[in-house]
Amino acid sequence: MSNRVRISSLFAFMAILLVTVGVVQSPSLALAILNLCLISAIMALGINIQWGYAGLLNVGIMGFAALGGVAAVLVSKEPVAETIALGAPGLLAALLVAAVTIALIVWVYKSMKGRLRSVLVTLIVVAGFFTARHFFDPAVEAIESTDSAATGYLGGLGLPIIFSWLVGGLFAGGAAWLIGKVSLGLRSDYLAIATLGISEIIIAVLKNEDWLTRGVKNVTGLPRPYPVPYEVEIQQSPAFQSWATYFGMDVVELSSIVVKLAYSGLFAVVLLIILLLCESALRSPWGRMMRAIRDNETAAEAMGKDVKGRHLQVFILGSAVVGIAGAMLTTLDGQFTPGTYNPLRFTFLIWAMVIIGGSGNNWGAVLGGFLVWFFWVEAEPVGLWFIDLVTSGMDETNPLRLHLLSSAAYMRLMAMGIIMLLVLRFAPKGLIPESRR
Amino acid sequence: MEILNALALLSNYLVIPALAYGSQLALGALGVTLIYGILRFSNFAHGEMMAFGTMAVILVTWFLQAQGISLGFLPTELLALPIGILAAVLLALGTDRIVYRFHRGKKSQPVIFLIASLAVMFFYSGLTRFIIGTADQSMGDGARFIFTAREFKEWSGLDEGIALRTTQGITVAVTLICVAALFWFLNRTRAGKSMRAYSDNEDLALLSGVNPERVVLIAWILAAALATIAGTMYGLDKTFKPFIYLQLLLPIFAAAIVGGLGSPIGAVAGGFVIAFSEITVTFAYKRVLTYIMPGDNVPDGLVQLLSTEYKFAVSFVILVVVLLVRPTGIFKGQSV
Amino acid sequence: MSFLLGKDMTGGYGAADILHACTIGVERGEIAVVVGPNGAGKSTAMKAVFGMLDLRAGQVTMDGEDITSLSPQARVQKGMGFVPQTNNVFRSMSVEENLEMGAFIRTDDPSDTMAQVFDLFPILKQKRNQPAGELSGGQRQQVAVGRALMTQPKVLMLDEPTAGVSPIVMDELFDRIIEIARSGIAILMVEQNAKQALNIADKGYVLAQGANLYTDTGEALLNDPDVRKAFLGG
Repeated sequence: MSNRVRISSLFAFMAILLVTVGVVQSPSLALAILNLCLISAIMALGINIQWGYAGLLNVGIMGFAALGGVAAVLVSKEPVAETIALGAPGLLAALLVAAVTIALIVWVYKSMKGRLRSVLVTLIVVAGFFTARHFFDPAVEAIESTDSAATGYLGGLGLPIIFSWLVGGLFAGGAAWLIGKVSLGLRSDYLAIATLGISEIIIAVLKNEDWLTRGVKNVTGLPRPYPVPYEVEIQQSPAFQSWATYFGMDVVELSSIVVKLAYSGLFAVVLLIILLLCESALRSPWGRMMRAIRDNETAAEAMGKDVKGRHLQVFILGSAVVGIAGAMLTTLDGQFTPGTYNPLRFTFLIWAMVIIGGSGNNWGAVLGGFLVWFFWVEAEPVGLWFIDLVTSGMDETNPLRLHLLSSAAYMRLMAMGIIMLLVLRFAPKGLIPESRR
Repeated sequence: MEILNALALLSNYLVIPALAYGSQLALGALGVTLIYGILRFSNFAHGEMMAFGTMAVILVTWFLQAQGISLGFLPTELLALPIGILAAVLLALGTDRIVYRFHRGKKSQPVIFLIASLAVMFFYSGLTRFIIGTADQSMGDGARFIFTAREFKEWSGLDEGIALRTTQGITVAVTLICVAALFWFLNRTRAGKSMRAYSDNEDLALLSGVNPERVVLIAWILAAALATIAGTMYGLDKTFKPFIYLQLLLPIFAAAIVGGLGSPIGAVAGGFVIAFSEITVTFAYKRVLTYIMPGDNVPDGLVQLLSTEYKFAVSFVILVVVLLVRPTGIFKGQSV
Repeated sequence: MSFLLGKDMTGGYGAADILHACTIGVERGEIAVVVGPNGAGKSTAMKAVFGMLDLRAGQVTMDGEDITSLSPQARVQKGMGFVPQTNNVFRSMSVEENLEMGAFIRTDDPSDTMAQVFDLFPILKQKRNQPAGELSGGQRQQVAVGRALMTQPKVLMLDEPTAGVSPIVMDELFDRIIEIARSGIAILMVEQNAKQALNIADKGYVLAQGANLYTDTGEALLNDPDVRKAFLGG
């Protein structure tokens, strides 16, 4: 079966699955799944750029996605004038001190040697840290104590939220640059561990720096991007109500479908743009070089290719795509909740998508994103049904039955692990293998 | 006297907790480093292996307690530990048989092993949560303290007390025993030497007649046993919650890399380096300063370098510095 | 027929053959040296004899027994010792532990053999507790040879034992190798330093492009004007 036929039939299968859910469960649920499938697919594309094109292992997807989420808050929320007046000067001073400190460290590190250098660097770090804290702490205190139930943070720029998708990409790309600088060029394990670390730290910062994102108090009520409407508004429009009667549907149900469809349209456009860019990049000389480096690093290096530089490039690009998807996700949710970022859901599930879909093939990554997310969502009711069936012979109050029913949700973790292992073993190239060009 | 009070305060809140936490990290990092030395990949499933072993220990403890069996002064978990270890070893060997052996035979790249370990991690985490759920399970019965703060105050006449919890004492003692036993095994026995040889130079070890499958088998047994012990000690000291073990992965990896991946002595040193740095940096020094600052010059605030939520940042920063300055770690591991 | 003989060996790592009906062999108590230009297949021939290469044709016999299908490990059991060219010691392990690992497959007490190795290389006895990775290049080669001797082999195979060591150390090492041969062990050796090696060789093989070019005693090869001109620099 040629790859093209394979791709079309697998995507057709996917479409059938979604339509089935729409008919059996509800169209609104099918669209909700579809929207997250689209976002997952974009994240999987980002990881596929890193892993499939260059063999780089990113285990910090959660952090990059969360950076996208921050961008959504910082771009779209209205600025809080009061807290800015109180805290901005202190924060700026702290930022300046931090910048000067880093510049000094770099300068000392490059221009000196030996013991003197270590002592000086330590001194600068300590002095810089305390000076920055001197400005930072009171400013944060002032911001966070201002109307902390409603704001207690700086707010954002008050721009349309759609810009945050780009900004999210920039944030994630910046973090990737930092990590890549440190750990690229070393063993591949080190990059994996370093990304794991940075993602934990990003989440810790977002949970605790209330002045920035209100921490675990969450930021709710993010505006929607144009042209997604609000349910309440369209429900009141007479034209919409006549449509509802025409389709014979409930107004509330139809409004929810319309809103989700609008999101789907937006997300699909982004996915297609990124997919198109990825595909053309893969076909370009740049893509050829990337694959050459991946397949034989030593040879590529001997031919004068800047392996580390290319890796850094690809790592930043991939992480930026994840950041974009992260911002889209927060936009869809309409709120930013740092407490919900969980590595199993955000990092490892995306890996399952890439591995199962087919690493190195963009269509494979997209398919993996769809299929795995669909499975992830639908495994819960199916697992519950399965356990219910198995234990149906038992008494209603049997403790084992009750325990199994309450634990059914975790079966999907096991199932996902097993599926990944099966793919690694029996179809290491995934459902849609990389096509040789 | 004031200095002594300050020291007592530091011991109570910094040194003793760091010793216990460092021991737990050292045991965890030893498992990671052993697997790295023999199978040559970073095992991301190690944290979940700890959770699984600890869960097995908890289940056996519940059973023992239901039978009315206890260890008196010591927590019953110690009695359940061997069975928990057995369960974890069986799981590890089963995993190796089904998953990793295939990739060894195919001579897959280390990175494929790493990804396989991600999948294994998924499976383990589901397994543990399926059996015991995600809720907190408090562990440890028996006496709470070896000596309490009040007893110490009466004995020493100081204002500040030092308390030594039973679990902290046990953690340090068990770690000492495990590390001593492990180093005896690696340095003195035939099987241990063959493991070191295999880790050092695989081809030459094969040439010398070392059986690779046997070495791998021993490595998994040791790693699973160490993981269970580390997890149980952590659970006794703090609490058991599956999610925590996922988060412990970062400091454990940091410890193994700081010490030098593949170097057992490095893993132990790395564990304590990470633990002491984490606690030193996130410790609030205010009360210590009230003792040693002359007069009433007590600073405002907690005098804390970083809030405790950022303890992971500490291991990460140490990790980054080591990667920048000395990628092979303190005790040269195999690397790059 | 020689005690150890690789006869008409043909084969390589991939599709293309490196060896073409190449024959090398050695008697007990003798030193055989394989020389030739870079890429002549010297090391490959050695690996073929040791079983690290699948042969398409030809056979390897030891003491009259066909061992062509045996794995390298099994050949060690049969009495072959092999010293690879690089990475031939356990760097993180002490000298003594290196020797112990050499005796890993033995079931009897190897301490006598270790004493013999220490007699042969006294410096190793001095540094027995030092990690092998901290020794000088020449000392490390001694550890490598000592490790291979720990199985009490009947044949010792050395892949460029003097690569990267100084001329003085090389002479010293050759003296030791002669001493080992005198004790009745067959020695098969690949060497870059052709002249010096042929000097101590009972038998010499000159290979080119994976085939035998000249085969004679070491002395005869040294005196052969063609060999001198082509391979020994005049």
